Amino acid sequence: MKILVCISHVPDTTSKINFTENDTKFDTNGVQFVINPNDEFGLTRAMWFKEKQGANVTVVNVGGAETEPTLRKALAIGADGAIRVNTAAKDGFQVAKELAKVVQDGGYDLVIAGRESIDYNGGMVPGMLAGLTNANFVNNCISLEVDGNNVKAVREIDGGKETVSTSLPLVIGGQKGLVEESDLRIPNMRGIMMARQKPLQVVDPVDAKAETDSVKFEKPAPKGAVKLVDADNVQELVDLLHNEAKVI
Amino acid sequence: MSVLVYTESENGKFKKTALEVASYAKAVADQMGTSVTAITFNASDVSILGNHGVDKVLKVTNSQLESFNAKAYASSIAQAAKNENSQVVVVSSSANSKYLAPLLAIEMEAGYASNVVEAPSSVSPFTVKRTAFTNKAFNSTAINTDVKLIGVSKNAFGVVENSASATAEDFSPNIPELGVKVESVDKVTGKVTIADAEIVVSGGRGLKGPENWGMIEELADVLGAATACSKPVSDLGWRPHSEHVGQTGKPVASNLYIAIGISGAIQHLAGINASKVKVVINTDPEAPFFKAADYGIVGDAFEVVPKLIENLKAFKAQQ
Repeated sequence: MKILVCISHVPDTTSKINFTENDTKFDTNGVQFVINPNDEFGLTRAMWFKEKQGANVTVVNVGGAETEPTLRKALAIGADGAIRVNTAAKDGFQVAKELAKVVQDGGYDLVIAGRESIDYNGGMVPGMLAGLTNANFVNNCISLEVDGNNVKAVREIDGGKETVSTSLPLVIGGQKGLVEESDLRIPNMRGIMMARQKPLQVVDPVDAKAETDSVKFEKPAPKGAVKLVDADNVQELVDLLHNEAKVI
Repeated sequence: MSVLVYTESENGKFKKTALEVASYAKAVADQMGTSVTAITFNASDVSILGNHGVDKVLKVTNSQLESFNAKAYASSIAQAAKNENSQVVVVSSSANSKYLAPLLAIEMEAGYASNVVEAPSSVSPFTVKRTAFTNKAFNSTAINTDVKLIGVSKNAFGVVENSASATAEDFSPNIPELGVKVESVDKVTGKVTIADAEIVVSGGRGLKGPENWGMIEELADVLGAATACSKPVSDLGWRPHSEHVGQTGKPVASNLYIAIGISGAIQHLAGINASKVKVVINTDPEAPFFKAADYGIVGDAFEVVPKLIENLKAFKAQQ
């Protein structure tokens, strides 16, 4: 089984979010970048496919050279090879279109992507990639088993979960549940050394056009201070929620 | 030309989000000087959609679509959009809508903006405001394609009354090969889900153990709220994963979010920030949640929550 894991290079959750160039660009100054958390669950699941079912795992990112440390980290965790499509990510559609070319050229059976990235939160790439490559698609995937060509997956739905059966080729939008937080792997020294020897292939983009343009960013208006209610006067909270906030 | 909206129903009944996206579609249609068409799957009485601005309803009735199937639903909506010559298609942010929307975007060759929080600031170029960086920022996005797909954030636009009388007609799209088959559904019944809840009551590690969740459930009961929990609580197995809210868990966009014994790690706040009013109850006045909350009580949950339940019961009895 050939697996492609899509890795988004995103600011760490604790990063300060600021914008430059008249609020049109994200300010990367002093920002630590990490593997997108939803992708990291998928990468670990892919490692299990490699170890238990002999799968070959490639990681891919669409982005400039600055994203390579994130791909190297995925290699250090255990991926066999990495591909970087050498172009800036502009929107979900353009990224999906670039990835579709990688999927077609590489003949992957299973593509694991995160349900959304924690920066733009589009939630578009996995589904669009499935649509573009005519693959089956399961979103919000929290469990995945592959036996030959047959797939059993569980997806989270509003208020519960749903077990589905499908077949390869398949794209999933993965999240926590594919593996647990405690299953995530931290690269060890041997992994980091080995990652240096592993192939990181840089491929030219197909120059897909974006369908949307980011015009401007803004931050939410600063929040007022919390209104504290005395622990001995709980009725005041009930009154505030009813009369002031009007939520009960 | 009309704006097409996918109005979700469950067991034939429309969800609140369906009425919200219908209201949004009406606002877009007004800006563009056109009408609103809704598409429904196996819904019986569609007249309520008229109260929220829908002029025409395309009713799909097909036993093959009894279970949700993203590909078949997306294909049906695309066929409806083509028939109606729709330039704008509106969907919600439910798990199912977010599942089908990217497939629909590809099928319609439409640019897609998700998590949209306001009516378009301009229809030419078509520009909408959406959340980004997990609710830490907004991003104005222009969609350049002929057909545009909008995913509306839950509880952002609201349900608006607009009287129109919706005319219904049957619509029979071609159903593609499904590809993904539903084997079983495991859904909690008789409980408010986090996705549908107006109020969410959430517990953290400060509650010390799963045996103390009785008061959280009772408080939720009094308020008609859903229960939720922080990540450590689900990692420790005190509560099911399906209750975990936060960045890697379920997103919350309720009217009221009550956090009990939750310190407010940045990952937690990112997931619940879209809620309108936040209340925190915590023994530690330095807990970061107090910076994010609207109302707070510094105190012991085991003393405060029972009192709150009592006072709320008295309040509800008066209403």
